Parts: sequence; structure tokens; C-alpha cells
Amino acid sequence: MSDTPLAKVFVAFNDILDSKVGKTLGLRKWAEKLTYQGTVQGVNLAKKTSRIFPKSSKKSSGERPADAKVSDFFDLNLTEDQQMVQETIKQFASQYLTKNTEQANIDCTITDEVVKEFRALGLPFYSVPESLGGVLTDKATVTQMVIAEEMAYGDLGMAVALLAPSNALNAITRWGTAAQQEKYTPAFLDENDPLDAVIAVNESGPLFDPFQLKTQAVKKGNGYIINGVKETVPLVNSSELFIVAAEVPGEGPALFLIESSADGLSVASQNAMGLRPAALGTLTLENVSVEEDARLGDSSFDYATFISYARLGWCALAVGCARAILDEVVPYANERIAFGEPISHRQSIAFMIANIRIEKDAMQILTQRAAALAEQGKPFQKEAYLAAVQCQERAMTIGNDGVQIYGGMGFMRDFHAERKYRDLRAVSWCYNAMHL
Amino acid sequence: MNLEIPKKFKPVIDAARGAAKTIFRPISRKYDVHEHDYPKELDLLAAALQGMADAGQSLGGASGNRGRKDESNVSVKNGGNMSSVLNIMQMCYGDVGLLLTIPGQGLGNAAIAAVANDEQMKRLGKKWAAMAITEPGAGSDSAAIKATAIKDGDEYVLNATKIFVTAGERADCVVVWASVDPSKGRAAIKSFVVEKGTPGMKVERLETKMGIRASDTAVISFTDCRVPANNLLGSPEVNVQKGFAGVMETFDNTRPFVAAMAVGVAEAALERTKELLKERLSLNYTSPINNLSAIESEICKLESDYEAARLLTIKAAWMADNRIPNSVEASISKAKAGRVGSRITLKCVELCTSMGYSEAELIEKWARDSKILDIFEGTQQIQQLIIARRTLGLSSKELK
Repeated sequence: MSDTPLAKVFVAFNDILDSKVGKTLGLRKWAEKLTYQGTVQGVNLAKKTSRIFPKSSKKSSGERPADAKVSDFFDLNLTEDQQMVQETIKQFASQYLTKNTEQANIDCTITDEVVKEFRALGLPFYSVPESLGGVLTDKATVTQMVIAEEMAYGDLGMAVALLAPSNALNAITRWGTAAQQEKYTPAFLDENDPLDAVIAVNESGPLFDPFQLKTQAVKKGNGYIINGVKETVPLVNSSELFIVAAEVPGEGPALFLIESSADGLSVASQNAMGLRPAALGTLTLENVSVEEDARLGDSSFDYATFISYARLGWCALAVGCARAILDEVVPYANERIAFGEPISHRQSIAFMIANIRIEKDAMQILTQRAAALAEQGKPFQKEAYLAAVQCQERAMTIGNDGVQIYGGMGFMRDFHAERKYRDLRAVSWCYNAMHL
Repeated sequence: MNLEIPKKFKPVIDAARGAAKTIFRPISRKYDVHEHDYPKELDLLAAALQGMADAGQSLGGASGNRGRKDESNVSVKNGGNMSSVLNIMQMCYGDVGLLLTIPGQGLGNAAIAAVANDEQMKRLGKKWAAMAITEPGAGSDSAAIKATAIKDGDEYVLNATKIFVTAGERADCVVVWASVDPSKGRAAIKSFVVEKGTPGMKVERLETKMGIRASDTAVISFTDCRVPANNLLGSPEVNVQKGFAGVMETFDNTRPFVAAMAVGVAEAALERTKELLKERLSLNYTSPINNLSAIESEICKLESDYEAARLLTIKAAWMADNRIPNSVEASISKAKAGRVGSRITLKCVELCTSMGYSEAELIEKWARDSKILDIFEGTQQIQQLIIARRTLGLSSKELK
């Protein structure tokens, strides 16, 4: 066991998880926030945040975690800290995600118990540098990748919902000014009432391109007037803070921190093919007025890199889900008898499984490379893009084959294959929520 | 975690790239057209390689390296296997056919390096060794070989017909697979070093091929060919318990080498295609592939596949260097690189149309060369079988 700060925190959270002390904490009921999402569709008012975010007068750029220092050697090993995180998330996922996934898909929400246990893990601390009260000693992109992968191994839809706040926080840590960090970071780390937030990039219409945004943020006085519609936004009803991508005419795409109480902001549930536990919906901005300091970051903000982190997040989710498919089809193919022997004894089935493993490894190693580069503070835009292309090309094939191997059974909801098929369809075009 | 190539390999990579560009490329077409002509230009290269090997540096060809002393006090190793795959990628960026026929760098050398004892290594280590496994009736099914090597005093009497022997005529010796006791099944299959000129050994003919024409492929017959008993590689005992697995382990090391060949050829084709198409490409890796032009989208897919194959190959080599069992990953690297090598080179011909198809460019040659890389050292389908059996926990009896 390591005794670095990261390790200590995880040991502590593991203890909480095991001892059930977490259950005694006065945690707010998540369910209240997700009311109606599963069954009611239509225009709802956003959850009006009653939170008071302290104004900061800091003028400097934000605190940034240092670049990770790694040896010059090619090395696929995780560090002790990363392995510990992996084990913890793996344990959480098998204990709370895999088992509750069917109900979460029906309800389009996640139960209090799961949310409470998840919060006990304290993942937001992994998104904040030590100087701001977190545990980060470096960029830790690989750690974030491991977390997303292991969560999606449990359930992709629940992973998106549960990780949305810490991924939004990642963006604030990565890009935010000192004032923005001071204003929002403590709310994310509030153990009793952690802030729910989500990144909203996607818009309606076919062939969405995050570099061609229809949402506009027009400069007016000391601020901006924002108009536009964001689609398939996770936790749209419960988020108190949205990080919204919008085009600033003459300047290009930018991100804006918009609190849910803003005038002109409205939300509507809109269920989709998959990702149902993420309680997707539409976020509409009608003449939403924000001050200048709502624009994320300063001149160092780089939108292409921002999108690269989103791509990496979705890649990690795809890899985790693909791994889960592989681990599920293996015992099924070995147990299912047809023509007098297990179907795994047939090359037509066995080769599909071999291909799942080959292409899963291909997706994974490209994701690992891009994440490792990002963590070291090196350029990784091309690498993240090529990882996303590989996931786009292969993940859905894996999801499709995952159902096919089960035959008619795969079409039934008793098995998880059909849900993974539906969830994986979100990979390759979704830029919301995730930011490693 | 770090997936970049360590700086210490830069000299190796630069040297191999240099050789690929200045030695291989200029003669690439010549030996494609003049099949069976001996590429004499390679003798100089072979001498240089031997000099470097004697000086403890590795810039080998297809043969890889004998296990070198571990670097002490380093928890993770980037050693001989990684150096070999990086080197092979660069050389095959030059020409895979020529790499396969560098004197002294045959696949038989890999077998000798892997299992020879010290005496054999001293006696045979510097000879150019070809590998003879395949027979007319036994390709992927290498346990079905009919070759026999019956012990007679201090010698084995070898009877066999071997096909697809790379460099079988040019090499100094051939590593031949044969059974010492056909009644005992695959466990009795052993490998023997047969030196050129041994009575009873005859090169029957050289094949004419679709690609890798610079590399000769021989049919060799062995008729009552007497081989000294101390030319048997490994243990002479027939261990039915251990069976065939021990023999097949050699392939765990060489599969990533063939994967590396496919990666090198793919890089050559992709690079040249991007040059020819440069006025149509403005790749900045931002907008989704579905929002790009068809040609840009296609190139991005090929680049992604190329990078995946490259990294999976290095991963398999990294595992071997760190003594992590890599049988599955070696097969994954070869399966991915094999399919990607064909896909990329064939797509490059298609994208470049007449320019890609014509002999005015080398792209059509790379598309012919790459096909064999998805076949030899275990076809795509054999790799899938290995991966599936390991993943599903099935024997070769259960998953045929």
C-alpha cells in the first residue's frame, strides 16, 4: 500500500464503504432531484439552485495540476495509486452498478442507495488539486480514464450519470480562472450536499459537429446573451450548474458556466434509445444573460483540447462496456448448448468472441496512449481523435455482436446484452458530460 | 503509464529508417521484377549488422534477438523484443521482401537463438538459418507433418518434403521440423539444423509469388539425409506430457515480429498515399469523421487502424521483455496487424486509382507484399483460434 495523499483518501473511502458509516451521513436525497424523469416528459422547470456561490474577485488564472512525471520507458503498468483506484471502482461497480442496472433503466434514475455509496467514494476530490482541497498531485488523466472504464464496466448509463459532476469539475480545474475555481469548487467537494453539474455540448439536427455550434453567445456590455438548445444532456433536471458550449461570433466556440436558476433557462426530459439512467433531456437557453466571468477560463482556453478530453471520456466508457460484453458472452457461449455441444465450440461464435477481444484491445490501447500523453502535458489531440475513430468503428460492432451471440435471448431484456447495444450507440457522436 | 517510444531506441530506429530509405527503397522494384535474383546489395548490410551485433547493439532483421542480460535496477524493461519490433517496422517501411532475405537474419535464426544450447549457439549462431516446417499436406496444422528423423547411432536420418522455406536456397542451414517417433504424435516433433550441402538435401525449386519476390521461397527434399545428433535443438526426450506446446512457444516470440512487418508496410503505403493526396487532405483532427470529406474520413480510419496495430505490436513485445505471458497478446497483435496491413495497402491502391495500381509507384507492390503477412507464422484464422481458445478456456479438441 502506498502512503501518498491519493492513496490515503482512497483507503479512507474504502473504510467508509465497508463500515457503512457512509449510510449515516446526512446525504440529500438524490431521488428528489430526479423526480418525474422516468415517466413524465415535457417541459419542466430546472432545479432552481438555492445555493449561493461566493463571488470571487481573484484576477489570476486558475490552479493547475502539474504534468505527470513518468519514466521515459514504454510502460503499460498502472501505478500503485491507479491500481487502488481501479480496485475500488471495480468493487463499487460490481456491488452497486451491475446489480441495479435493470431497475435504473426502467426508472430512468438511480436509487438513493447507489448515489449515496457512490458519493462516499469522493471522486470529486480526484478532480481538484491539493491547493484547492482535493488530492490531485498531477493531471491524473490516466486515473480518470481508469475510473470511467471501470464504471462503464458496471453500467455505461449509470456511469455517465454518476461521473457527470466530477467530469464537469475536471473542466473547471483544467480551464477555470482562479475566481471560477474559488466560486464553484467547494460546492463540488461538499460532502453533505455535493453540487450536480453537467457539460452540455450536443445540439439537435443530424451530423452534429462540436466545431459548428448553433448556440450563440453574443457579447453585450460586460457579459453575454446566450441563445440555443442543447440535446441529450444527462441529469438535465437535477443539475444546478451547466457548462454550455456556445459560439462567440468572431471568436469561435467557448464554454459558459450557467447556473440552473438563470432567467431564460429551461429543461425538458427526453428519453432516448439508451443511457436511460442518465436521465437525458433538452436544455433550452433563451436570452440567458451572463456576466463576463461566466466564460470558462481565459485566453489560454483551447476548445479543441476541451473536445479531446470529451472524446477520451467516451472512449474510456466504450472500452469498459466492451470489456463487460466480452466477460459476459464467454460464460454464456460456454454454457449454451445447441446441436449437442456448447455454441462456443463453433468457430462462427468463437471467432466473433476473438474479434471482440482483438478490437476491444485496439480501442483500449489507443485510449491509453492519448490519456497518457494528456497526463504528461503533451499534445494529444490527434491521438484522442484516432482513439475516438477506433471506438466509433469498433464499439458498436462489439455491441451488435454481443447481442448476436445470445441469439433471440439477446433481444430479451433479461440479459444485459441489449442494453449495452443501446448504450454503446451513444459512443462516437456524444460530447456531453464527459471530460477526463 | 507511457506509450511513447523511449529515447534510447532512437539510434536503432534512425539507423533502420536510414537503411530502409537508402538501401531498400532504391532496389525495391528491381528485385520485385527480377524474382530469384540474389540482392547482392544486402551483403554489405549483413556485414554491418553482424558488426553491430558483435558490438552488442541490435539491429536485427526478422530473427529478433537472443535474450540479453536484464538491465539491473529497472522495474520495467524495454529490451530486445521491443528493439526488434521497432527495427522490423522501419525496415519493412523500406521493403519487407528484402528484410526477409537479409543474410544471417532468417526465421531459423530465431529458433536457434531461442532454444540452442551454448555449444550449438557457438557453432551455428552466426550461420544464416532458414526455417522449414510446412509440408504439402500440413500448413496451419503443423502437428500433422509427415517428416521423420529416425535416430541411427550418432545421427538422425531425415526424410521429408518441405515447402515455403523462406531463403531456403540462400541460407547456410535450414531448421527442419520432423518427428523422431511418428507413433508418439505431436510430442515427438523436434527441430534439426541441417547444413547446406548435407547429402540427401536438395532444393527442388523456387516458387514464383504474388509478392515479397525479393525473398526466395524454396521447396526442399530430404532423402535419407543424415544429420548429426547434436544438431537437434532442445531436448531429445519425447515428453508426451508437455507435448507440442513447447515447440509452439517459439511462435509467441515471432508473431509480433510478423505483426511489425505488416505495420511497416502499412506505414509505407499510408504515408505515400497521403503525399499523393495532399491537396485533398486538410486533416486537423477536430470535426467528427462523418463531417469530413469521404477521402479525409477514410484516411482517418486507416490512421486509427495503423496506430492500433502499431501499439498492439509494441505491447506484445513489451510483455515479452518483461516476462509477462503474452501468447494471447502476440496473437492479437498479429491478427490486428495482419488484417490492418491488407486493409490499408489495398485501400491505398483504391484511393490512388491508376497511380496506386500502376508499377510507376510502389503502392501496388505493398498491396501484394502485405497479403502474406496475414498468412505466414499463423494465418488470421489461426490467430483467432488461439485467441478464442484462450479466452473461452477451450482445448483444441473442443474448439477445432
